[in-house]
Amino acid sequence: MKKQKHLPNFFSNLRLKSKIIYGKRGFGDLLFKTITTIITLNVFIILFFMTYKILEGSRLSIQTYGLSFLWGTTWEPFPADPSKMPSFGALPLIWGTIVTSSIALLIGVPISLGIGLALSEFAPKRFNFVVSFFVELLAAIPSVIYGLWGIFILIPFLQGNIYPFLQATLGFLPMFQGTIRGPNVLTGSIVLAIMIIPTISAVSRDVFSAVPNTQREAITALGATKWETAKIVINYARSGVIGAIILGLGRAVGETMAITMVIGNSFNMVSSLFDPGYTLPSIIANEFTEASYPPVYSSALMEVGLVLFIIALFINALARLIVWRALKIAKGAETI
Amino acid sequence: MSWKISIENLNAWFGSKHVLKSITMKVSENAVTAIIGPSGCGKTTLIRCINRMHELSPGARVSGAVLLDNEDVYDRNVDPVMVRRRIGMVFQKPNPFPMMSIYDNVVAGLKLNGINDKRRLDAAAEKSLRLAILWDEVKNELNKSGASLSGGQQQRLCIARALAVEPEVILMDEPSSALDPIASAKIEQLIRVLSKDYTMVIVTHNMQQAARVSDFTAFLYMGDLIEYDKTKVIFENPKNELTEKYITGEFG
Amino acid sequence: MNKYMLRRRKSQTIIILAYLALVVALIPLISILAETVIRGGIAVNLSFFIEMIPPLGQPGGGIGPAIQGTMIVVGLASLIGVPIGVFSGIYLAEFRESSLSSVARFLNDVLTNMPSIVIGIFSWALIVTVVGWSVIAGAFALAVMMIPIVTRTTEEAIKLVPATIREAALALGIPQWKTTITIVLNSAKKGIITGILLSIARISGETAPLLLTILGSRFWFGGFTQPTAALPLSIFNFSQSPYSATDWPRAWGAALILILMILGINVVVRYYTRERYG
Repeated sequence: MKKQKHLPNFFSNLRLKSKIIYGKRGFGDLLFKTITTIITLNVFIILFFMTYKILEGSRLSIQTYGLSFLWGTTWEPFPADPSKMPSFGALPLIWGTIVTSSIALLIGVPISLGIGLALSEFAPKRFNFVVSFFVELLAAIPSVIYGLWGIFILIPFLQGNIYPFLQATLGFLPMFQGTIRGPNVLTGSIVLAIMIIPTISAVSRDVFSAVPNTQREAITALGATKWETAKIVINYARSGVIGAIILGLGRAVGETMAITMVIGNSFNMVSSLFDPGYTLPSIIANEFTEASYPPVYSSALMEVGLVLFIIALFINALARLIVWRALKIAKGAETI
Repeated sequence: MSWKISIENLNAWFGSKHVLKSITMKVSENAVTAIIGPSGCGKTTLIRCINRMHELSPGARVSGAVLLDNEDVYDRNVDPVMVRRRIGMVFQKPNPFPMMSIYDNVVAGLKLNGINDKRRLDAAAEKSLRLAILWDEVKNELNKSGASLSGGQQQRLCIARALAVEPEVILMDEPSSALDPIASAKIEQLIRVLSKDYTMVIVTHNMQQAARVSDFTAFLYMGDLIEYDKTKVIFENPKNELTEKYITGEFG
Repeated sequence: MNKYMLRRRKSQTIIILAYLALVVALIPLISILAETVIRGGIAVNLSFFIEMIPPLGQPGGGIGPAIQGTMIVVGLASLIGVPIGVFSGIYLAEFRESSLSSVARFLNDVLTNMPSIVIGIFSWALIVTVVGWSVIAGAFALAVMMIPIVTRTTEEAIKLVPATIREAALALGIPQWKTTITIVLNSAKKGIITGILLSIARISGETAPLLLTILGSRFWFGGFTQPTAALPLSIFNFSQSPYSATDWPRAWGAALILILMILGINVVVRYYTRERYG
């Protein structure tokens, strides 16, 4: 005998009698999953077409120059002698990219780690919020404005004050010799360094902060100084720091506008830091729109893009590998 | 007393871990049934199997039957969403919808099921809040954020929200364990009142609460149903030695 | 005792160096902002906003078309990029365990770190070869940059919604998809919107992909299949001009406007997401 409910039934149409409990199963769920799955496929489609199009565009150049493109050192779309074929080689570009990125890391990484430590270990929390905000502002400034500042403010400053000093003191080293021009490889590296600092320091600060306090307390209880405690933190967060550095490297390698505006855009195998140089991205930015003839010219530039594309993939894969291995190690350590 | 829910040979797993072993019991209609037992005995899993929430966890598996008024909620043709409309649930930690006002929280279930008539919603909101003994405290501030209430009030808000969709059964997973004693007492009072019209199943690790509030008690230990009887019997005259040990505090 | 003093001294030195690093990093920031305001401020006046771009070396005029161009290209890119990014982000958050999910997440990462010039080349090869130098090509390039960013920020925002909120909705008998669209998205709204705003700020400043797609122009918007002007391009072009008196201030002026736009969005977002104390 069913008890009388003394509650009025607002829901009577939804109050299910025995027959209605069997309903259409999850149609809405299926639709939702289908739509979102399809849209998520976008990244596959984009990367596929990107690879395809860049390969297709580079084909002419690859066929014409083969592997020697990678160690060729001439770049002549319009040879002086009309009977000669145009020649393109990417070695000075690769070299320029390597040099600028390496120096950018050399300068930028210690500064970034210093900032990461300062914000995570040494400074009071209020300070952290405000300063992090400013460091993040650095990251928000567009590349072209870094370039603008580089041309009109940094270069005169360096050319007037720093470079002569460097040559005077370190001129015995071949890399500090030669005529000092404003736009050069060193200027490019410095601008790059400034640009990657926000990336590396933000990630470092985050990985340092994520280190459990128990680690700090353990070593401090043994009488460690602040720096010695920080060393423990750095060690613990080692893989995260490496990940951050690789992220910075990725950014440095791919950076286009700022570098183009201050590096001098001169196609040569730079032997001194004061030489103007060229990088893979900057030659594309400089010459692509004008490279309509001959067809192998734009194909060669495409191939430069291909090289850059492959380097970017490689760096990404490297970062993933390191993070993956680091996670394995951390998981292993957790079971102790 | 007639039964509302019949659990028949219910087994549940989390991956390879067998958390409920062949549970068979009948839950009486319009009464309070308490489920007690030490941590990890499977009591939360048991009630989550009743309203088909257990299967939402990764690696979860269920076998057996749970009959709601003679229909197995685990039947292949049954949409779990429909089951959850007839069976309401209140969680351990109060979880009002953060971005919503008190009013919107209470009527959320109704709105999302297509009921938009303001008069009906207003009436349902007032009725549910009264039932949950919260109306007088919030009637003038229905537009305030749900999160602005105290812990005990938030829990009663969650109860009102569950009541608004007019379930037949209300499951509660440790409803007052996150609350202070005074708020806790209010919830217990509420449970007794609601049991006149709803079938209540309460999981609790607080034995005294179970003794105070329930008509029937089930004692679970390591996934097995050890004993299930009228509360009076369980607490004053348990038939199983294990039950007695638990009641007298020898473990758990 | 002596050894301890050495250790302390070392620690203090390192701390000072760390703070020094902070100062060193902030100097360029201050310099850039200050110089942009000073040098750009002189160039900016009402006509700067509303007049057409003059040829290099010619006085007068403004960068109206560049502002308009940036807004149109970024707007179109957002129209494409935001829905795609948000829906992918929802998928990655809701169906975390599927194998498609892990691969998509990895590829998304790859795309996020792709040099913008490569995306420019791709857009040129795909669209410019068919339609010509155009707004569409530029919007496409910027959308390709935007999608992975929005995907990731959306996923992160949804992951932050506590499981218990989701459970409460499910227990009320609301189907999974409805729970996601109404309750979960509502709770994640703040995070999703800030992600979108920050990605808009980011792509507004991009130059390289636009160099190879919209080409640049001195004139007002003339159609989606035509080239157009944009702020970053104007900055670049004016900076390369030999006419220092007329053109270099214009570069700074354009930079000032661009920076105000971008920093404006950033500051609004930081304010909107600040942790409230007490």
